[in-house]
Amino acid sequence: MARRRKPEKEKIFINRFRCAYCGACVAVCKFNANELIETFLIIDDEKCTLCKTCIKVCPMNALEIKEVA
Amino acid sequence: MYDVVVVGAGPGGSTAARIAAEKGLNVLLVEKRQEVGTPVRCAEGVSKEAIEKFVEIDRKWIAAEVTGAKIYAPDGTEIVMAEEMAGNEVGYVLERKVFDRHLARLAVRAGADMIVKTTATGMKKKENGAVEVFLRKMGEEFTVDAKIVIGADGVESRIGKLAGIDTTLKLGEIESCIQYLMAGIEFDPEYCYFWLGNEIAPGGYIWLFPKGKDAANFGIGVLPSMAKKKPKDYLDDFVAKNFGSGEIVEVVAGGVPVKGPIETAVADNVMLVGDAARHADPITGGGIVNAMKAGFFAGSVAAEAVERKDYSARFLRKYDELWMNDFGKTLHRNKILQQKLLKMDDKTLNKLAKSIAGYNLKEMSVRRIVMELIKHNPRLLWDIKDLFI
Repeated sequence: MARRRKPEKEKIFINRFRCAYCGACVAVCKFNANELIETFLIIDDEKCTLCKTCIKVCPMNALEIKEVA
Repeated sequence: MYDVVVVGAGPGGSTAARIAAEKGLNVLLVEKRQEVGTPVRCAEGVSKEAIEKFVEIDRKWIAAEVTGAKIYAPDGTEIVMAEEMAGNEVGYVLERKVFDRHLARLAVRAGADMIVKTTATGMKKKENGAVEVFLRKMGEEFTVDAKIVIGADGVESRIGKLAGIDTTLKLGEIESCIQYLMAGIEFDPEYCYFWLGNEIAPGGYIWLFPKGKDAANFGIGVLPSMAKKKPKDYLDDFVAKNFGSGEIVEVVAGGVPVKGPIETAVADNVMLVGDAARHADPITGGGIVNAMKAGFFAGSVAAEAVERKDYSARFLRKYDELWMNDFGKTLHRNKILQQKLLKMDDKTLNKLAKSIAGYNLKEMSVRRIVMELIKHNPRLLWDIKDLFI
């Protein structure tokens, strides 16, 4: 699958105060970047293409793209 | 060597494990969380008739019973569906925290081994035709061998992808959901409630399922491909407007697959059940009964496969045939109905509701209500009539 070039300085940020560990973001990620370990969501930045699909599906508004400091 | 490793101890997985164990197989049930049944991701409504086929009813996990449903069109037009058999409730609202544990214990009682706080991280085909399943229990990695893996690992399923079944959902194939358990609100606890409309819940609906006299699961699902806001924003607006006095005592979030039937839920050595196989209904979003049916079918086919020593996808297609010829037909029908409904604006929804408002439909089913709608709106619904008659 062709992978989009992504901006180097951005990544998906997980707001853990909002995340309700429902797994919806895992279900829509075609790059298998998101993974839910018990109730702890991780996003593999190597696999993530910043396609934003997970941001759109999240019912809790817990995901956003932020610049890496 | 296990005959079957079941990944995920929800209603589908625990039923599969129980059936396989009852048929004499050597079964391991793996649950990634430390507790079965929590956090819940469910509105907890099931049909009474359907669930009684798979498990003996125990009052411990019945939170409420309902006799009917009230559906509201965008302009408030009410459709009532209620069965007339007095005292014969048609729907249960479950207490999933208790229900899921009960089903897991039934699997264990039937002879299944179980481990919790353990994630399945990979699978590798072995030369002898079995698979090596990679597990991680509290950070410790180990493997078990299995002839068959049943993936009941929910909406975020990994087993399907590991086996080469692409179950990735598009933004128009998953309902983004949030639900409050609300206490101190007023409603008639005899009914479940559904509110429809492109303004209040685009691509989905708002529901209220009683969990007692003054508490209820109050939730919403929206299609991310259509929604302009997050489901929480839509639900908060609706609650403030209609049930301002209540208190939220629990928050639940979830993604419900509404993809319709997938082409296959099997691969060599692997069967998927429940949300992992996208078995939830595209119209109602209900998934518990389908998952338990799928678990029943998968457990039964696993027993046949072990007896014949054939774990190939070709043999396991028997499981595909079973679920497809059962609830798969309804998934197919309701996917088409969903596509039809998604194209309707609020004006059309109001018109449809008005055409049958005032009739008591006397049966709580999608089929019953759509047949009545077709009768009163033949031209509007001409293209789907053959699916329902």
